[in-house]
Amino acid sequence: MIFKNVKFSILMNHQISTSIGPTEYHHQAIESGKFLIQKCNDCFTNQFFPRSFCITCTGTSLGWEEACGRGIVYSTTTVRRKIDAGGDYNVCLVDLEEGVRLMGNVIDIEPNDVYIGQIVHLKIETINGLKKVVFKSVPTK
Amino acid sequence: MNHIETRGKVAIVGIGTAGCGEAPGMSELELLGLATKAALEDAGLEIKDIDGLCTANLNIAMWPLNVTEYLGIRPTFVEGTNIGGSSFIAHQKPAMLALLSGQCSAVLVCYGSNQRTSKFGRKERSLARNSLDPSIFEDPYRPFDPPSSYALIAARHMHEYGTTRKHLAEVALAARKWAQLNPEAFCREPLDLETILSARMISDPFTIYDCCQVTDGAGAYIMTLSEKAKDLKKKPIFILSNETAVWHRSVTNMKDLTVTPSKDSGQRAFRAAKINHKEIDVVQVYDAFTINTILALEDLGFCKKGEGGEFVDDGAIAPGGRLPVNTNGGGLSCVHPNMYGAFATIEAVRQLRGECSDRQIVNAKTALINGNGGTSASSQSTSILCTEEIL
Repeated sequence: MIFKNVKFSILMNHQISTSIGPTEYHHQAIESGKFLIQKCNDCFTNQFFPRSFCITCTGTSLGWEEACGRGIVYSTTTVRRKIDAGGDYNVCLVDLEEGVRLMGNVIDIEPNDVYIGQIVHLKIETINGLKKVVFKSVPTK
Repeated sequence: MNHIETRGKVAIVGIGTAGCGEAPGMSELELLGLATKAALEDAGLEIKDIDGLCTANLNIAMWPLNVTEYLGIRPTFVEGTNIGGSSFIAHQKPAMLALLSGQCSAVLVCYGSNQRTSKFGRKERSLARNSLDPSIFEDPYRPFDPPSSYALIAARHMHEYGTTRKHLAEVALAARKWAQLNPEAFCREPLDLETILSARMISDPFTIYDCCQVTDGAGAYIMTLSEKAKDLKKKPIFILSNETAVWHRSVTNMKDLTVTPSKDSGQRAFRAAKINHKEIDVVQVYDAFTINTILALEDLGFCKKGEGGEFVDDGAIAPGGRLPVNTNGGGLSCVHPNMYGAFATIEAVRQLRGECSDRQIVNAKTALINGNGGTSASSQSTSILCTEEIL
């Protein structure tokens, strides 16, 4: 099995039996600037969201792969809000290159300019002091 | 595979509604109690005859206890499964099996909500629910749910199959035209395509008219074995089949946004009922949003995948169209007190009894009902009902 785009790291062998569960582990990784996807060490399937076992093979030996960040918009909507309530914003579903789907917001263009099939880039940014996962239409640093 | 034959063995013998639309000052249990009383009178049964209870509530975990106590009953069969608004259709098969096994002899399925006029309002309840049951991988991105999740589904359907906003609007318009023939419907004022298409957007591609109503209301119905049903007050309506499918919770985890669990529940329901689509006289599907009706017609097999938009075009599911769908006006125009499943069932029974006056489908002998649950077509339950001559 070839591990395309996999960045092996100390994170790779995180086991479920350790002191924190995979959900908390994933969130802590975001705090340190990494978006991690669970990868089964037995059947090599990626899964998101993180779980205590692999839903493909039921294996419990689960490691992590850091997302490369590239994804394609699978569907998109503009949530309408009055200007004084913050204005309209985008909500979309993105298929990441690693084969998993997640919800997100494309934040660098007008919400209605986001389209299905668009290539977007996952970033972890600090917004109002909090780490937040966002998508951008151009690959900025 | 069914090891126990249930086809036509159980009937719906009584139906009742209460407070549909606005019922200011009434509690959920008070509304549920009135609907139950109406269903008992309709059936010619007493509350002491009820020994089976199916019920669920959006906010309350042990709701069957609240209802048992309120109604003053001691049921020997309780079904409190909550898979969203489809629950009150999905309750049918467990109830059928309980009746056939002798666990109980009369099952009450009941629901009540005061979400529109309650002083502890929608916003507070929604915040409380989100706090108790967060969607941790979606909440940070602020989908305005349920509309945004169904909007994502609609956008994908439009992208893949060329479904248009006009197609969606046709669903809303058909629902309104049926509602105008139904004195119980909450929204009966005239509506046209232009108004729907130019209305305020909620979550693209949905305007306010693509979204169901927010009403109060209670619905109840009673099931017994068919052999007992024949001795009761009203013409019994028989359950040929009920099948349920549950696939996911969040829209992010819905594998293909254009295919819903009805694909599975519908196929099983038709097989168990031993009838085909052409034999269905009237259809009641849970139209939480306009896209739901299109998806249901496709996944249930009334048209091919992707052709639902064209299927509903030009008033095809409105009064006088090719297939009568949601003859009460549906969740879009009749009643939608959070969870709608019981009301789809009640309208199907009314049609098959011939009680629908202006909106009556002449000589209706079979009805399909399809429930939808969760914020992204998460669970669906399909039943096929009929009159005695079809058995």
